[in-house]
Amino acid sequence: MEIAVTVNGQTYERDVEPRKLLIHFLRDDLDLTGSHIGCDTGNCGACSVIVDGVLLKSCMLLAVQANGTRIETVEGLSEDGELTRLQQAFNEHHALQCGYCTPGMLMSTTALLRENPSPSEDEIKKALQGNICRCTGYWNIVEAVKSVAK
Amino acid sequence: MLLREVEYAKPGAVAEALQLLAANEGARALAGGQTLVNVMKARAASPDMLVDLNGLEELRGIELAGDGTLTIGAMTTYTELMRSAEAKARPILGEVCATIADVQVRNRGTIGGNVCSNDPTNHLPPLMVAIGARMTIAGADGEREVPAEDFFLGVYLTAVGPGELLTRISIPAGKKDGFAAVTLGAEGTCICNAAATVNGAVRIALGCVDAVPVVVTADSAGGVADAVRAANLTPPSDVHASSEYRTHLAAVLATRAAEEAAAR
Repeated sequence: MEIAVTVNGQTYERDVEPRKLLIHFLRDDLDLTGSHIGCDTGNCGACSVIVDGVLLKSCMLLAVQANGTRIETVEGLSEDGELTRLQQAFNEHHALQCGYCTPGMLMSTTALLRENPSPSEDEIKKALQGNICRCTGYWNIVEAVKSVAK
Repeated sequence: MLLREVEYAKPGAVAEALQLLAANEGARALAGGQTLVNVMKARAASPDMLVDLNGLEELRGIELAGDGTLTIGAMTTYTELMRSAEAKARPILGEVCATIADVQVRNRGTIGGNVCSNDPTNHLPPLMVAIGARMTIAGADGEREVPAEDFFLGVYLTAVGPGELLTRISIPAGKKDGFAAVTLGAEGTCICNAAATVNGAVRIALGCVDAVPVVVTADSAGGVADAVRAANLTPPSDVHASSEYRTHLAAVLATRAAEEAAAR
């Protein structure tokens, strides 16, 4: 099936099989390997992306379902090589250890801060329920988000 | 995981979706996909065709009628329901949806998908039964309405037959509801759950203890535990809880849900 998607501002037209998951389309067809595959069962959130403004796990969406949408991935967060405040805060608070979950953590907390620029600690934790850090580095992740909350 | 090869169709109208489902024996309706895509990865389901319902605006939206009846389109997501001003007419709905899975799943998963998958550990089947929801099912011969109590037929099995679709759920007015669950981790999969509504008597629907929600009634919240024990439940045992422990939880959670409902 022919699909057209806009990822981080750039439009791509590709022919994809209906069985292809969005995460595989992003990584294998578009070579956007920032979004990770952690569990492939919908639990870990490493593949989280924002589709038409909505935070989703891209391992539970078919690429064909994303036809016509505007997708944001971790590669699109920084502008002109400058980290966003949130990315900078992750760096400063050592909010990543192995880094595998980080793309998903950044997308989930980016989505949170857009909707709620002043989240409480509980709201931050609740927003991260769908993202697993197997290094268990949650404390510093929450600290990083708190530091940019208004 | 690479899925098995599958055809894909995205109809623009319910009638077209019904035709596709009726004409293709191996077709399955794809709602939010937060269960179906994963069971396809595991090959637990291998449909030949996916009929994507995400283009069907007819199945979206929440309406509140003058008599307080809520009508919820089957393709309404948990997040949409949680944010709906209309859905606050029956507050338990948004409260329970807020405890399902996580943000990403709530953003995509649908009310209709939750009830149609009828996983016995799901939140919404017992809730819909307790609050007296009515399910509208569309097929080639038109629409029919089924009370929630008759909608759930078995594990992963509902009154929605081949070639049919759940289109909407009607919920009567009411506020005195409660819900209690013991879960795997905070707000995880339910080990046992109970929904309650008080309308004179207390009506309980228990989840995770049988293939379908089990209804128990009592005169008051104080009588709920005895009523649950009198139901002679024989829930399944698994790695998370023995049958005996689930039986114990059923009485405890039914009481908690009933007390919450009665206190409103």
